This record gives sequence, structure tokens and C-alpha cells, in this order.
Amino acid sequence: MKRATHPAETAQVGRSVPRLESWLKVTGRAEYVHNLRLPGMLYGKIFRSTVAHGRIKRIDVAAAQALAGVYKVITSREIRDVVPDPYYGPAFHDQPILATDKVRYVGEPVAVVLASDPHVAEEAVHLIEAEYEELPAVYDEVEAMTSKAIVHDALKPAGTFPDLKHLKGRKNTNIALDFRLRRGDLPAALKRADHVFEHRFRTQQVMHTPLEPLVSVAESTESSLTIHTASQSPSFVRIEIARLLGWPENRVRVRVPFLGGGFGAKLYIKLEALVAVLSLITRRPVKIALSMEEQFFTITKHASTFRIKSAVTRDGRIVARDCEVWWNGGAYADIGPRVTQKSGFTAPGPYDIENVSIDSYALYTNLPPAGALRGFGIPQLVWAYESHTDLIARELGLDPIEFRRRNLLREGRPQATGTPMKDAALEKVLARLEALMDWKTPLERGAGSIRRGRGIAIGFKACIANTTSLAAVNVNADGSCTVYTSCVDMGQGSDTAMAQIAAEVLQIPAESVTVVHSDTDVTPFDMATLGSRSLFHSGNAVKLAAQDALNKLNQLKEELKLSADTAIADVFRKKYGMRAGSVTGTGNFIPPYTPPDENGQTANATPFWMVGASGVEIEVDTETGRVRVTRLVNVADVGTPINPKIVETQLSGAAIMQLGFTLFEKMLFDADGQLRNASLAEYKIPGFLDLPKSITNEAVTSEQTNGPFGGKGVGETATFSVSPAIANAIHDAIGVRLTELPMNPETVWKKLHAA
Amino acid sequence: MRREIRFRLNGEAVSAQVAPHESLVEVLRDSFGLSGARESCGQGLCGCCTVLVDGTAVSGCLYLATLAENAEVSTIEGGVGLDAVQEAFIEASAFQCGFCTPGFVLMTRQLLDEHPDPDDNTIKHYLSGNLCRCAAYPEIIEAVKLAAQKRRKR
Repeated sequence: MKRATHPAETAQVGRSVPRLESWLKVTGRAEYVHNLRLPGMLYGKIFRSTVAHGRIKRIDVAAAQALAGVYKVITSREIRDVVPDPYYGPAFHDQPILATDKVRYVGEPVAVVLASDPHVAEEAVHLIEAEYEELPAVYDEVEAMTSKAIVHDALKPAGTFPDLKHLKGRKNTNIALDFRLRRGDLPAALKRADHVFEHRFRTQQVMHTPLEPLVSVAESTESSLTIHTASQSPSFVRIEIARLLGWPENRVRVRVPFLGGGFGAKLYIKLEALVAVLSLITRRPVKIALSMEEQFFTITKHASTFRIKSAVTRDGRIVARDCEVWWNGGAYADIGPRVTQKSGFTAPGPYDIENVSIDSYALYTNLPPAGALRGFGIPQLVWAYESHTDLIARELGLDPIEFRRRNLLREGRPQATGTPMKDAALEKVLARLEALMDWKTPLERGAGSIRRGRGIAIGFKACIANTTSLAAVNVNADGSCTVYTSCVDMGQGSDTAMAQIAAEVLQIPAESVTVVHSDTDVTPFDMATLGSRSLFHSGNAVKLAAQDALNKLNQLKEELKLSADTAIADVFRKKYGMRAGSVTGTGNFIPPYTPPDENGQTANATPFWMVGASGVEIEVDTETGRVRVTRLVNVADVGTPINPKIVETQLSGAAIMQLGFTLFEKMLFDADGQLRNASLAEYKIPGFLDLPKSITNEAVTSEQTNGPFGGKGVGETATFSVSPAIANAIHDAIGVRLTELPMNPETVWKKLHAA
Repeated sequence: MRREIRFRLNGEAVSAQVAPHESLVEVLRDSFGLSGARESCGQGLCGCCTVLVDGTAVSGCLYLATLAENAEVSTIEGGVGLDAVQEAFIEASAFQCGFCTPGFVLMTRQLLDEHPDPDDNTIKHYLSGNLCRCAAYPEIIEAVKLAAQKRRKR
């Protein structure tokens, strides 16, 4: 691709700049940790637990150790020689680097075999034997509330979050967080309501399935450690590894090239602590690359149960909503407690409801850990509240769009937390969805065994607060520009967006900007690339950094008595007498935030709101139960798109991914907590043949006033509403209500024939 | 255990020492430093490891390297400059993370060799063995059509 060198003549923001890394990706040259091999490197293969809950009685590694070509077999004992307290996690320090004393789910790492040849390591894994004393296990999130099977002996909150402190040391519980919100007077409102509706919904456990499976490589000296990792959160990895080792942060370097997909799977610590310690033990580079199968035993999306109850007036105003949500966090908390709270507070939906009660529980169970997956819990919530909302409209004989419009939160009105809605184009999004769906035109209903229906849903999300991003922008002696950010490009196009933002400030072509990939020795701190936060947070930091660089250049011009339009190269030449020097601007962005009180109330819960609505037309085959989406419309408020084409592909990709979670993806466990479908042969993700005939994506005209050039996050937006829109359409088509995901042919058929 | 095999790799005569169990992807990576074909699902279901052997796409993660003896092996790294398919993928924004992209590009070349002017249905069925978790499918369909046009013009 041609790289422009002349000054920008057009706006850099709002232009569909092709991804900066396009050439690398279409020629197979993009750098992924997957490809990395270092001289003398050992490969680690993991031996995993075969029981869901048990005390480790014995691990016999002798046969594995004796296999020719095996370098070393490592268990928790050797790990603890290096890290005496080997527990990590972003919210709780509950997850051991290798199982210590106990195993808590089938598939938990128990030992590692190291060998120069990965095939030898794998063979040796099969020679390890472990014996467990099995303990009672719990798998269901609601059961976990009262179960006698206790996953962790005592709770160990990380201490970084004030709202988790009260849980420290708590025993005999599986509740990792009990978030509570109260607004108005729910019992009174329920008592005097014209109508009360109550429903219960469930979502299933699914997996991110990035096509580049999780992978990390560590290399070390006696006093330094470098971790090359497919991670969305390099800054967190450095802090957490430094904490585990008791080292200063500057001795731990974390490098992240491109990711082959992330979707929330590659956050916090996954393999990083393990490879780090293995490298320190062996003094050799160590790589662990998971297989697709192993990813299912590493990180997943929360299964959930949501009981929702609403009081509604005769004329269709929702006056009260009672929400109880149970999140199945699996054996380790990961970021589940944050999902439970930060998404939990939006559980009543984007509606103006005076009386609200929310109880949102993070539960430990004996299943693979759950974390964030493209939506941070929001798709689970929208699934329930938009199915519920539709059922109410149906019961009251109101048009589902009209019913929603009547209740939508208007600009400036307080959401359940008390935080006023700002820059959330809810009404506009709903209106555009109505228009694009030709809602006023009756749908052709089908004939015979093919029944047609349509449905819509609208959801919203509060971006996680409070989080920080820093960035630096270097203007080189020839006027070219380099951006330093720890924002990770996992396919969402952040490199390109950051280049466009810097270019807009500096008035140069975005194509000429270079973005340095995360390297904690080089790029400044960034909380993580998650939850659609980066365009807003990292983008604002890059904008501030570029502005700072520009100010310094302007000062230099003044100092040198050069005119304002002097070319940058000439400024440096005048200053240094030759081509030399550079100017570095820095940006530090942390938006204001107010922590919630004991009732979940706060004047400022979030820096920005995301709005996503979907509409579908479907066909149900009543003989097979198969649902075919014939038309999918996604409308979103993404602020002002920085790169319209990339925004569109984000909306489209997110919605298609959500189709998989809606119609077929499901991790299947047996009664002993054994996962039965840990491979792409048995766990199907969307392919070409699952595409709806027609897909429309639209970003409404909107501006995020505190966002960089009016922009805000988009990566998750189109996941919100797809599932309930389809359930609502199925109800419309065949008159039955599905309350559990996925809505595969079997469940649809059973429901239809039970009715 | 290892034995030498000779084959042509992206038009060049090469040889490699391979073990009987080694896959083509491993040999391309370990002996030739080529990582455009990459193992993902390990079952030949996702298409990330696509390699052309004597002009036919194979799953390089399942294809034993030793079977490539005397064959013409082509990978995404072959050729200089971008072909019509690669240009079209860029113009149509037909990838996000890029991990599956080499496989899609190679399959699209084969698709267009067989069907110079494919319709949506042909494209969907022909490429249904390649998965993209970022779900750039609509853009890939657009890219395939654009590449077909570009090829006809050339």
C-alpha cells in the first residue's frame, strides 16, 4: 500500500482509512505470538484435572520425567519455590498458577511437562497420573447460593477494589460478590401496580473461540523477565507478575504484537504467570500455546439466570422493576465480580423506571472460569429484560416499539444508579430501527411448515469506570509521527483509529502515522483493551498526547521566530542545525467517576453509554424447529465514527458472533462437570452458511461530547440485542416463548410441541 | 527417523528433514520460517492452515509433510506484490484480526480459478470450510466479487 507523505488535505477522522496493517495481514506476515520461536525454547504442555472438585492426594510424574526428550515436569511444589503465594486474579487472588492442594474444575492445570519438542511434551503428559479425593461439586449458579459444596475455603479479594473489601476472609460461601441497588420504593410500587409481570431467563456457558488460541512465551535472566503474550492487558500482566514475584515493575517487560482475536478471552493473567515461573525455573525461554480444546478449559462466558419482575400501569408505563441476577463464574472469579456490578447496574434496561431493586450475585461453581466476553455481561442482561419487555407489551396488547418508546430513558433523566443519561441516542436508535425494519408494514407470515415472524430489542451499556489510559506521540525530525500506546489491536482496528486521531490533531495523513505495539518497556500504561473502552480512553489519551506535541512544536516555532506554517522538518533543522531531534507529547486520560453508595447510587457511574438495537425477520420450520434469520438489522449509537468502514465491520461481526451464542453455541457438561464438546467439531461457531440473507448495520448521527472527535466504543454494541430480538420473533412466528439460550432446533421443536 | 524430502515451495526447489508425524504446517514453520499457514482448530475444520499442494487446497495441520514429497507447495508467502484477491480483501475490509486471512485468500484464489464469476451462494458454499471468528463474512463475499472483477480486467 502506498504511504502518503504529503500534508493531509482532508479530515483524517471520519474517513474509512484502510487498516494500517492491511499488507501484513493479507500476506501472512502479521506478527502474532503464535508464530514466535526463540533459540533454546522449551514447549510446555499441560496436564489437567479429570475431576470437578477434589483434594490432590498424589501426582506421579516419574514415567513422564523418564521419557526421552523430557526436560522437566513441574507441579505446584516447584512453582511455590519461586512464588510462595502463587495466587492471581484481577478481582480476587484466588487462582493458583498450578493447582495447589485442590482442583476446582475438570480441565484445571495440575502439572506441566517441558521439552524441546512439543510432541514429546504432549506424549509425556499422558504418562502423568494423579489421584484425587473427590469432593461434592456444584455447577448451577442458583444452587451455588445455598450449596453445601463450597468451591473456595475462604474468599480472597485482591484489595484493589473497595467494594470487594467486605468479602475478605468470608467462609462457607460461593458468593464472590453481592451487588445491590435500591432506588425508590419497590414494594409499595408493586403493591399499587395495575399489572405485575414476572419471568425467569437463562443463558448458557459459551466460549470466545479466538482462532489464535491463547499463547504466551517467557524468557528470563537472573534479574529480568520478558513475556511475549497474546494479551489484551499488557499493563495488568506486568503489574500482576511483578506482584507475584515481588519484583519492581521495570524488571518485567510485556510485549504484545497483533492478536488473532480476543473478545475478552485474552485478559488479565492466563498463561503469563505460568510461563514466567517456568522460564525462571529453567532459565530458558518457555512457550505454552493452547490447543483449541484447551481454550474451553481456560476462560468462558458466564452462564446466568435472571429473575425479572415489573409493575406496569394500565397505560403502559413501567413503574417498578425487580431484578435478581445470578452469574455462573466457574471456579475462579477472574473479572466476574466486575461484570456482576458494572453491568449488573443496567439490569432494568434503558427505561425510565422510578422504583428499582437489583441484586446481582457472582457465584463460584466447579466449572471452567468465566470472564468478559464481548459485552461484559450486557448480552445476558438484555436477553432477559428485552424478552420480558416484549412479553409485557404482548400481554398489554401494545406495539412492542411503541411500548418501549413510551418508557425509554430520555436525555438527562436518571438511570437506576441515579446517573443522568447523557449522549445516549436511545430514541433515535429505536426510531431508525423502526424505519429500517418497515415496522408499519405487515409481515408476510409464511405458509405450511414455514412460519415467519419478526422481533426487535434495544439495549445499552455503561462503559466500565474508572479506568486510565496514557499515550505518547513522537514527532520525528522529518515531521513523521509515531504513536505509543498499550492499546492492543486484536482485530478491532485500534492501530488505525489511533493513527487517525493523532493525524487529525497534527494535520498529517493517517496513513503516514506509525503505531508502536504494546511493550511495557516502551509504551505507557493502559488499563486494558476491553469493554469497548479503548477508542474513548486510549483515543482521548492519544489526542491529548498529539495536542501536547503540537503545542511543543508551536512553542519551538515561536522560540525560533519561525512562521506558523513552517514545515516541521525545517523547524528541527533550524533548531539543531541538521536533521536531528524529536518532540514527544504525552497524554494522560482518566474520566471523572463517583463510586456508588451502599444502594448503588452515584452521580457519575460511567464516562459514556453505548446503545445497540437489533431487529430480525425469521423463518421457523415447525417440522424441524430450525430458525433461519432472513433479515438482521443492527442500529447503534457509536458517537461519531472515527473510521466508518471499521465501525460497520465491528457492528456486523459482533452481531454475527452473537447469532452463534443465540442459535447454537453451548458448552455441554455431563453430571460430573465433564465438558463433552471441547472442539470445533462438536462446538460449532458461525460460518458462511449461518449468515442471514440480509444484514444492515447503521450508526445513527450522534456525538459523544467527551469522546475523541465525538467518538466512543463500538466493539460490543451489536451483541446486545440480537438474542432477544430473535426470541421475540420466534414468539411472533409460532406463538411460543423460549426463555433459555441457545434456541437450537431441538429446544424450539420441544417448546412448540409441548405447547 | 527423519528423512529428507524434496519439493517445490512457492516455485523454488527445496528440501527438508522431516519426521513421519510432522505436519506440513510444522515443517513450513520450523524449516522455512513461514507462518502464514497456522494451526488453529487442529482438526482441519477452520481453514487457518490452508496450503496449496499441487494446486489443491489442503489442511496443512493434518497433511503430513512427507506426503508433499515432489509436490508443488504454495503458501500465502508466495509471489511478490499483491494479487487481485489480496487487493480486494484490503479494499473490502474483509478481515479484522487477520489470523484466518491467508486461508481465505488461498481458498478464494482456488474458487475464482474454478468459478470466475461466482454468485453469493457459490461463494458461501465454496468457502464454508473456512471460519472467521471476527465474522467478516459479508465483507469477504464482497471481496471475492471485487477480486473476480479485478481478475477479469487484468
